[in-house]
Amino acid sequence: MAVNTSLSPIAENRFDLAAARHLLWRVGYAGAPAEVRELQTMGRDRAVGRLVDYGKIDDGALPTLDLDPDVLRKLTDEERQRYRQARQNGDQDVLDEQRRMNLKNRGEDRKMMGRLRQWWIERILATPRPAEERLTLLWHGHFASSHRSVRDAYLMQQQNHLFRRHANRSFADLARGIVRDPAMIKYLNNDRNFKRKPNENLARELMELFTLGVGNYTERDIKEGARALTGYTLDDNDFAFRKGQHDNEPKTILGKTGNYDGDAFVEILLKKDACAKFVALKIYDTFVADVGDVYDAVPRGPRKIIDGLAKRLYRNGYQLKPVLTELFKSQHFHDPGIVGQKIKSPTQLLAGTVRGLATPTRSKTAMASSMASMGQVLFEPPTVDGWSGGRAWINTSTLFVRQNLTTYLISGQHPAKAFRPGQTEYDPRVLLAGLEDKSADAVTDYLIDHAVGPHVSAPRRAPLHRFMTDRGDDTSNENLVALLSLITAMPEYQLC
Amino acid sequence: MCESYHPQSCDTPDPTAAGFTRRRFMGHGLGLISAAATVPAFLMRAGDALAADTTMRLSSKPGVPDDRVLVVVQLSGGNDGLNTVIPFGNNLYYKNRPSLGIKEDQVLTIDGVDGVGLHPALAPIREMMDAGLAGVVQGVGYPNPNRSHFASMDIWHTANAGSENGGGQGGRGWIGSALDHLDSPTGLDCLSIGNDAPLATLGHTSRPVSFEKAQLFRWAGRDLDQAVSKTYDQVQHVPVNADHPLEDPGHDDPLAFINRTALDAQVASQRVRKAVWLKSETKWPKNGLANQLQMVAKMIRAELPTRVYYVAMGGFDTHANQANNHQRLMQQFAQSMKAFYDELEASGQRSRVVSMAFSEFGRRVRQNASGGTDHGCAGPTFVFGDHVNAGILGKHPSLDKLQSGDLIHSVDFRSLYTDLLEGWMKLDAKAALGRRFPSAGILRGAAV
Repeated sequence: MAVNTSLSPIAENRFDLAAARHLLWRVGYAGAPAEVRELQTMGRDRAVGRLVDYGKIDDGALPTLDLDPDVLRKLTDEERQRYRQARQNGDQDVLDEQRRMNLKNRGEDRKMMGRLRQWWIERILATPRPAEERLTLLWHGHFASSHRSVRDAYLMQQQNHLFRRHANRSFADLARGIVRDPAMIKYLNNDRNFKRKPNENLARELMELFTLGVGNYTERDIKEGARALTGYTLDDNDFAFRKGQHDNEPKTILGKTGNYDGDAFVEILLKKDACAKFVALKIYDTFVADVGDVYDAVPRGPRKIIDGLAKRLYRNGYQLKPVLTELFKSQHFHDPGIVGQKIKSPTQLLAGTVRGLATPTRSKTAMASSMASMGQVLFEPPTVDGWSGGRAWINTSTLFVRQNLTTYLISGQHPAKAFRPGQTEYDPRVLLAGLEDKSADAVTDYLIDHAVGPHVSAPRRAPLHRFMTDRGDDTSNENLVALLSLITAMPEYQLC
Repeated sequence: MCESYHPQSCDTPDPTAAGFTRRRFMGHGLGLISAAATVPAFLMRAGDALAADTTMRLSSKPGVPDDRVLVVVQLSGGNDGLNTVIPFGNNLYYKNRPSLGIKEDQVLTIDGVDGVGLHPALAPIREMMDAGLAGVVQGVGYPNPNRSHFASMDIWHTANAGSENGGGQGGRGWIGSALDHLDSPTGLDCLSIGNDAPLATLGHTSRPVSFEKAQLFRWAGRDLDQAVSKTYDQVQHVPVNADHPLEDPGHDDPLAFINRTALDAQVASQRVRKAVWLKSETKWPKNGLANQLQMVAKMIRAELPTRVYYVAMGGFDTHANQANNHQRLMQQFAQSMKAFYDELEASGQRSRVVSMAFSEFGRRVRQNASGGTDHGCAGPTFVFGDHVNAGILGKHPSLDKLQSGDLIHSVDFRSLYTDLLEGWMKLDAKAALGRRFPSAGILRGAAV
């Protein structure tokens, strides 16, 4: 069955409950049945607008987090002098003291990182603007930096603010911001990029992974780009431009010659078609289908959509809202060949279960440990390439972790602890508020339709119906907890 | 082979592929199941029959020993190498370690090695050395050493000494990257004992099975009740295309992929838990490392397709009152390794298992004011097995030529990885480590 490859919007009257559900799962982090109904009632355009253009939704109730910017502060002149002297005199006691101080501060910083990570998770679980968090995470994976190497939680938080500030606005501003972002400068060693000794790391990744993609530049462009970025460094917690370290001679980048600095370098990149296509591909891979991040390897159908999005991005100066809006209304996005075919990221699985099924959030440490076992530690993408996504999320080990996480959220059954009945503290009947027919069969189908989607085939539903029949069709709290544990353990639940 | 840039194109092995290779048989068994869409009981029987059939121990490539196993033992916290392999013949040792130095008459000497010996609690390891089963490489480390546990451990795990910023880069692990290149992954190629998967075991697509207890490597919802457990199995055994059986869902279908992985996980879970249920042949000491190695020995004996096992022991960060603590750590470590190889011998598995025990760094030469030692650099790394060069290998690092008070390494740890990956496991070391490193010579000629 061929997938519709039109970016034209679906008919107003095709925006039914299933379409609203698909939208909320794919663009946000799922939602309770009442939220799906509310979104559907708004109609196609307002529903998409509410998700994508979230700026007016009040998020004042969300937790805030102020991190101490000085845990890893610069040494004072006095301290610097003292340690220099100790090094000269081989005064081991003073040097040991400095070393211990260093280790202590690093420990403090890691604790701060734990708080920051928890803060983001809590925000994702509670936000009235779910697409803001989806997009912020998209840019975090796209412009990936890891605390493992930056080793400064405050800078990681500043970077997160940058992504959130521009999340649905302009990719151009994100690209402009990232070359002046202290965490990124540290992560890709641009603080070691000097006129006399250029470091190519940031220039290379800026072209390969952030804007153009492999094959759209030469090694020479990297060398010249690195020269443009010389002197872009950080001073404590802030960006700094060091004129003395900047290469002030003409450079030739992608066929253009001029006395470029880092900002001008970014503008050259943004003028390339390849950049718009690369960004469109990233958006498509995040929200539509697991096609990977190599443009040339994308099949023809999706490529047509990506090209369409790229044109619009380019025409609008990389404004994101118009592109996202067009995509999420499109016939392609709502095609049955697209719905229920995308593998959820660990964040989607966690937040989608909590928000979609209105479960308790349970223990923070269990959540954090599940995220690590599933392979998505926020603020620690595995490489500068971000998370691989798609099928890389699923294997024999992570699948049990995923199923055990959802079972834990629903039933309270901690995978590493002995079974204790009656600890659920969760009543799935809150999900049934709008349902008239409360027979076991109707409830089973309703919960499958809501949690997984109406597309689940009848033969795959059959064992769950039999399960409820064997329980005497009793929709008690206990039986529904068991039923939902089973529904979320279906292979289908890993998809959305 | 899973080399593609696309995670999407990496897949579980084709279950219909011809040939029962040892590494492929799990996939094959599942091929039968999903084709027949039959009941879970058969799944169990199929797994058991294959496990019991020792003729399954065939190699997928002629001449390549398919059944070689690597066990990595992580000694977390920074083991005091200087009190592990002790340069008792050097006065500087006692000068720097006035109270922590191990007296010459207590040091375990090794035939043919002058001035250097082992901590007295390492007697079981000396016994293994005498039997040709244990070696220790002196002065292992890397350039621009990092004294943070976190960063140095990252460096050992990723094999990336990040010369740029001298810190860990995060990234992918040396074991995972090597296993990314397996011809036919089984989903059980690497197994780590512990809650979180060690960075070392994370590849592009390769991830280890990790659990603290084997009982946890399963769906916990089974505990809710029997009917839940039964229904869980039933759902996965309904063919994903049951509503349109004439259409083959094909390899691109994500649901078919996940369902297949779920069935794989089921078999792996049963095999692992069944293996651990076995009784050991020998007597074991009771400590954390021994418990982990005991599980590993059982899984090796059950001939799981696992190629790399990863275990860890903590407590080596001995900043204060080191003497007694370190004595206990050395004893637990040595007794556990000895028990492990005794068990492997009793079950006829010893010749296919090589182990390496490493720590993220050694400690300062000079003891500190709290009767302990602070973070240092180079240290000794142990290797075990029939196929390793036994004894104390290489030269002890100099005690007078130091780098900010620390020992200077003479062997890069990635040379040991090279031997283990390429020489022992016949995997692509260069692909895993990013570049070539010379051999550290830890394997006996015949093994390579």
